[in-house]
Parts: sequence; C-alpha cells; structure tokens
Amino acid sequence: MSNRPADEVLAVEAVDVWLAGRRILEAVSFELHAGEFTGLIGSNGAGKTTLFRVILGLQRPSAGQVLVEGLPGSRRNRSIGYVPQKAVLDSDIPLRARDLIALGIDGNRFGMPIRWAKRAALVEEMLHAVDATRFADSRVGQLSGGEQQRVLIAHALISRPKLLLLDEPLANLDIRSGQEIIELLSRISREQRVAVFLSAHEMNPLLPVMDRIVYLAGGRAASGTAEEVVRPDVLGKLYGHHVDVLHVHGRILVIAGHGSGDEEVLAVSPDLVVG
Amino acid sequence: MHRIFEAGFFSSEPVRVALWIGALIAVVSALVGMFTVMRGQSFGGHALTDVSTAGGSGALLIGMAPLAGFVAGGVLGAGVMEAIGVRRARGRDLATGIALGAATGFAALFLYLDTTTGATTGASQQILFGSIFVLQSSTIPYVIIFGGVALCLIVFLYRPLLLSSVNDEMARARGVPVRTVGALYMLALAIAVGLSSLVIGTILSTALLIGPPAVALRLTKQMRWAIVLAVLIGIGATWLGVLLAYDSYYWGSAKNGWPVSFFIVAIVFVTYLASGLPRVFSGKRQAVPELVDPNLVVGHLDA
Repeated sequence: MSNRPADEVLAVEAVDVWLAGRRILEAVSFELHAGEFTGLIGSNGAGKTTLFRVILGLQRPSAGQVLVEGLPGSRRNRSIGYVPQKAVLDSDIPLRARDLIALGIDGNRFGMPIRWAKRAALVEEMLHAVDATRFADSRVGQLSGGEQQRVLIAHALISRPKLLLLDEPLANLDIRSGQEIIELLSRISREQRVAVFLSAHEMNPLLPVMDRIVYLAGGRAASGTAEEVVRPDVLGKLYGHHVDVLHVHGRILVIAGHGSGDEEVLAVSPDLVVG
Repeated sequence: MHRIFEAGFFSSEPVRVALWIGALIAVVSALVGMFTVMRGQSFGGHALTDVSTAGGSGALLIGMAPLAGFVAGGVLGAGVMEAIGVRRARGRDLATGIALGAATGFAALFLYLDTTTGATTGASQQILFGSIFVLQSSTIPYVIIFGGVALCLIVFLYRPLLLSSVNDEMARARGVPVRTVGALYMLALAIAVGLSSLVIGTILSTALLIGPPAVALRLTKQMRWAIVLAVLIGIGATWLGVLLAYDSYYWGSAKNGWPVSFFIVAIVFVTYLASGLPRVFSGKRQAVPELVDPNLVVGHLDA
C-alpha cells in the first residue's frame, strides 16, 4: 500500500458485478483523489447506481475490490457521504433543514440524540457551507428541489467524509439550480479537500468544474481528464462500436450508435436543442 | 340537568383504571404511530388488526386474556408481513390480502364459538370495539409490560428509524441495518396495535394509532413537538372519550351508555378535520416539483 499516492481517497480495482446472470460492470478500475471533482458519466442503465452501491459496500463485487483510503473493510468504517438518487423528502416529515443535517452526525446510532453545544455549532457551520441558513428552520418537505439538494449535501458532509457520492443530483433540478449545486460542490471539494464523485447522464454542465471524468458505457469504464476520455477512439472501445464526438459551441456531443435504431445521443444540453 | 362529571366518575374503580391504562396506551400509540405515519405504513398497521382480531377472539376461546391474543396475533402478522416484504413489492399485495382474509375468517369462527359455546358474553363487542371499562385486573401488569417494551423499542431505535423513515438508501449508506430496524419497529407496531385494541377494539385501533400523530404532523415542523402534541392529543381523546362514555349512561331515559370507542374515534376524527382548517384558510403553499424535466437523452437517431 505504500506506493499509493497520499491523496488517493478511493481505488476501484478491476471490479466485475453480475446481477441475475447479466454483467452490469466489467473490469472497472479508476482512482479518486482528495480535493478533486470527478463526474461519473453514462446513460441510464450504464451501471452508475450499481457502481455507487459497490463503493458504499451495499453490493458485493463478483470480482475485484474497492479500497477507501487504502482500506477494504465493511460499510461501517467507510468515510463516505452519500446523496441518493431521487431523494424526495416527504412533506409529512417533521424535520427542519437543520434537524436533517444534524441527523447526519449520528443518525446511524441507536438511542435518543443528545444535544450538545458543539453539535449545534457544527450544524450552523454546515448550513453556512451549503448556503442554507435562509431556510434552516423550514420543514424539509416544503423546500424546493435545489434547496433540498443543499440540505442533503450538508447532511452527507457533516460527518466529515473524505468522499462524497451524489447519484444524479441534477436530475430533478432546473438549469439554474443545477448550476448553483455544481458550483457549490466544486467549492466544497477544493475547500474541504473532499473527493466529489457525481453521476450524471449529461456532462456539459460539469465540464467547467470537472477535474476528471469516469465514463461508463456497456458496463465498462474509461477515466481521465475530459480531453483524454471523451474521444472517438476511447469511447468507441467502451461502446464496442463507432462513436462520434462532436464539439459544438464549446459543448460536447457524443453520438453512439450502430445503425440498429437504439442509438443514444449523450450529453446534449436542452438549450442546445431548443436553440 | 347534565353535569360534565356525572356522579361517581372519580370514585369509580373501572373509570380510574380506564383513565390510567388508557393514558399509557395513548402514549405508546402516539409514539409508535408517529413513525407509522411517516413511513406510510398505516395500511400495514390496519392489516395487523385483522390478525389481532383472530388472536384476541382465539385467546378468549381458550380462556386466556384477549390482550395475549391481540399481541401474539399482531406479532405473528408483523412477522409474516416482514417476511413477504409488503412494504416494497406491490405484486405481493395479493398474498397479503388473501392471508389477511384468512385471518379474518378465523376471527369470524372464533367469535362465533366464543358467543355460542364459550362462557364469554359480548365477545364480539369486547374484541372488535374494546373493553377498557371491563379490564380484568390480572391483565393490567401485562399492559404495563407490553407498553414498556414498545416504548423502549422506540427509544432505542429512534435515530436509525428516523433516518430510514426519511430515506432508506441514506440510512443504508450510513451502515444502518435497515431490515433489522424495520423488523423491530414492526414488533413495536404489533404491540401498539394490540394495546390500542384493548381500549377501542381491533377494528378501530388504528384510529388511536395514526390519528393523533397525523394531527400533530399537520401542526408542527419539529419532531419533538410533534411527539409531545401527538401524546397530548392521544391522552386528551382517550380521557374525554372515557368521560363522555361514562356520562352517556345519564343521557336519555334508557340508562344505556354509548361505547367509549365511538367517542374516542369521533374526537380523533374531529380533531383531524379541525387541524386542516388553518391550511384551508391560509392557502399555504405546498412543495411544488420544479418545472424542468432535464431528461437529457433527448432523442434517438434513426440511421
């Protein structure tokens, strides 16, 4: 382990996952580093959520291993913050934004919560960090999608994880809220030296802030900077057939298809299409 | 002329038992029911009552206290529901429905046998609509023990249960054993259903379980105040119900009291309706999902 870089937070090594006789992930390998913002890009069904479940220790890989800060180990000793996909907070939940964030400190422990001064200070600090002081005392179920995302990010960050996983956090947001969340996460990754790993099926909003990209297609992954990965030869190998990568007005358009009618256009911005 | 407290209310032993035991059960129901509402399991709670009915009427048949049957039936039902995972798979609705139908069928048989061959008069009334005024003194220690177990379970589970009620996946990622927590919670729910069946009967027991928490959740945005409020509403409804049932003996000339379960359920229902009024008048905004659907795989190309 001594040859690992000191800032390596996550190492995924040759991970295979088989589910119900289907290979979901195949020889997936990449590393994440402290303070970096990495995008996990792939279309629906590419295996993004499965990969997250493997990293979280909720899905055992059929082959390969996952090291968090150099350690294998069970899900409990892992310092991972997680914002799940489509986390819709019900309006019946009697929790204010600050209560849900506090639950991130010790929500996994048994027994009643104990109130101590440091706890409140920590919550206050997180509220500032995600710019949520304005709605700290509102019920979480009554917040907008973007506001809920901020609260969920604070909830995930308050236990000071080295790695923050976000599964499609932009999926239910309008474009402006999405931009704000991306900027927030970029700032957090730099200031708090957290490795941010965010999944999305659209890479263009992430291009300005992404240090690295992990591109997932057909269960296989390619990683590196966007310039290294989003190229016809690299992606062609992933998809197993010809891929076009178009650069249009500073955006990247990936057209992957093999003539059978099920081609997908990835990474198209809605305004690009409308305009 | 009617009085608020008719003669002998406070000196009557059954009334005193009903007030204290009713209060304890209201506390257990409110605490457990808070999570039932948050987890959207009120149907599950209601389903448990079917099995409880079979258990309670079966217990009477073999000469045991109904409470033992209520709780045993509830725990059995909760175990079966956990095993087939009713919370998730919609396709298992059918299996649940058939199993619950069978339980109700047994309840029908047991209640019939109770009233025809057994020595118990008014068995149906007692099981289906409660028996808080005719509690056997030997049952009382068990009420306290079961109530204590349910309360301890909720206190012990509080944080992971809260987290998994907010979002299963978040709890799982934090290392919460979600299934175990859910199963232990179902145990607490089974006990709470059994206890509240004692007060207002199996058919109505979910009213005491989910009514007060549902009202509390409308009125406050903080968990601790919601709990305090639900407990107060539960106790208030139970006590007022006991009082009105007692007083109802003096209404009219027939000298027949109305059942306490009717009053408790009616009070809970009216409270629930009233708690919606502030929202109606203020026209308070609901959380509206945001407009844009950024489904960014915008189309498929035909070659």
